[in-house]
Amino acid sequence: MIKQKIVLRYPPHVVEQPTIYHLIKDFDLMVNILRADINPKKEGRLMMELSGEEVNYQQALEWLREQGLHVIGLEQQIIWREDKCTHCGACTVICPTEALEFKRPDMTVSFKEDKCIVCELCLRACPARAMETLVDNANMGK
Amino acid sequence: MKVSRSIEEINQKIKNGSAVVFTAEEVIGLVEEKGVNEAAKEVDVVTTGTFGPMCSSGVFLNVGHPRPRIKLSEAYLNDVPAYAGIAAVDLYLGATALPETDPANREYPGDFIYGGGHVIEDLVAGKEVRFEANAYGTDCYPLKKIDTSFKLSEINEAILYNPRNAYQNYNVAVNLGSKTIYTYMGILKSNLGNANYSSAGQLSPLFNDPLLKTIGMGTRIFLGGGIGYVAWHGTQHNPSAAREDNDTPSAPGATLALTGDLKQMNARWLRGLSFLGYGVTMQVGVGIPIPIINEEIMKYCSVRDEDLFAPVVDYSRGYPYKEGEPLETVSYAELKSGSISVQGQKVPTASLSSYAGAREIATELKGWIKSGKFTLAVPSVGLPSIEAGIKLNSLPQRNPESEEDRL
Repeated sequence: MIKQKIVLRYPPHVVEQPTIYHLIKDFDLMVNILRADINPKKEGRLMMELSGEEVNYQQALEWLREQGLHVIGLEQQIIWREDKCTHCGACTVICPTEALEFKRPDMTVSFKEDKCIVCELCLRACPARAMETLVDNANMGK
Repeated sequence: MKVSRSIEEINQKIKNGSAVVFTAEEVIGLVEEKGVNEAAKEVDVVTTGTFGPMCSSGVFLNVGHPRPRIKLSEAYLNDVPAYAGIAAVDLYLGATALPETDPANREYPGDFIYGGGHVIEDLVAGKEVRFEANAYGTDCYPLKKIDTSFKLSEINEAILYNPRNAYQNYNVAVNLGSKTIYTYMGILKSNLGNANYSSAGQLSPLFNDPLLKTIGMGTRIFLGGGIGYVAWHGTQHNPSAAREDNDTPSAPGATLALTGDLKQMNARWLRGLSFLGYGVTMQVGVGIPIPIINEEIMKYCSVRDEDLFAPVVDYSRGYPYKEGEPLETVSYAELKSGSISVQGQKVPTASLSSYAGAREIATELKGWIKSGKFTLAVPSVGLPSIEAGIKLNSLPQRNPESEEDRL
């Protein structure tokens, strides 16, 4: 068994394909959608957790890529720039999953990538702008 | 009182390397273990620290004259406007200044990516800053326009002058309303979604000298990673705020105006900040040494988070419209535990002031003193305290057109 969080990026021409149906029906995977940003004829993004047999999971990823989708590990999406973080803690009450956590009695911020669902609320909640995303820099559709 | 120690005596010990220095956090344990009297005999200096957003901050610059000379009337550093209404090439750049092209809250909530605080951080970091200015031209100052760039090391002076820093206590901000609001106290989620505070509590300078018995004009301090001085009391200074039995205020109280040479500061402790939907500001690192001149000061410096209290204020109506009273009074120990109770509801807390930063500043200042490179300055004038009877004013709102209002 394998359990992975991934981000699927849809170029506009495949946005309307029933991808999730195939993941479940053809590859016997359990799909838990964490967040989705899908619009007709536009580039889309889907964050989800997949679980199932390792072989099926690997075949599914291959199939997704064949369909023209970009598969990215969820943990690579949001970056905590520790050098820019002032450890105030303002982000910790905004983060909905406690991926950004305030450690006591150290009184320091820590970021647990595996808990992050890429909601991106922290990007603008951080006054020192220490949270960054790679999304805008990625070579989508190229 | 048995202990009576002068600042001169302390400085002698600093110079010969024998001064005993504790941070305001470390000294709590010492006083608990040995009592105030014994601790006062032992300790010479307690160092404090705070690292929070302080909007009332900025820098005076003298950029030097170009050839021909210019009398600046509009000046921009990386597009951020500086005040030019003083002498020819003198400017004041405020931490909250925004480029004229910033959409501000026209795209609500605005991002406020870059402003005065960020320019100051960039200057201190040694980065080159674009400088554009206009002038009307005079016989003695003929140049009307300039577009150039400079680094901090290339201009004559850069003097940080912050009219209000190091607030002695502050509100805890909550939102009783039904939609998220964007404030200088951060993002406040609806229906008591979170409570944001902004003080280092037991490490904060003015909580450790609540009646300003040692801190005065000329006190030498840690400012922005370098050395600075207390210039005056700060704006909105309110020593008349209600106080607890330990003399600390339970509402925003005293404030300090601070100054120092920007050229010897460190960008780690002067950080431009972007508050969503509010604006830009600057996070300022401040550390003040408190000389343990007697037992009374030692007792003040042993204050703990559980003995310090802040008012919980609604920022959806109460604060902006000056309505109602604080909802609760909570201790800094409760605030730092991660949640407080407001109107019977458990509300998660977050700080805007970095306690880890405050601790690091107090520790660094302690190191400076122990190494002998930082001695204490004797204040030349005390700052107004309770006996000054200061009352905060509200702005008169009269109609200049109405005879009746003006009488």
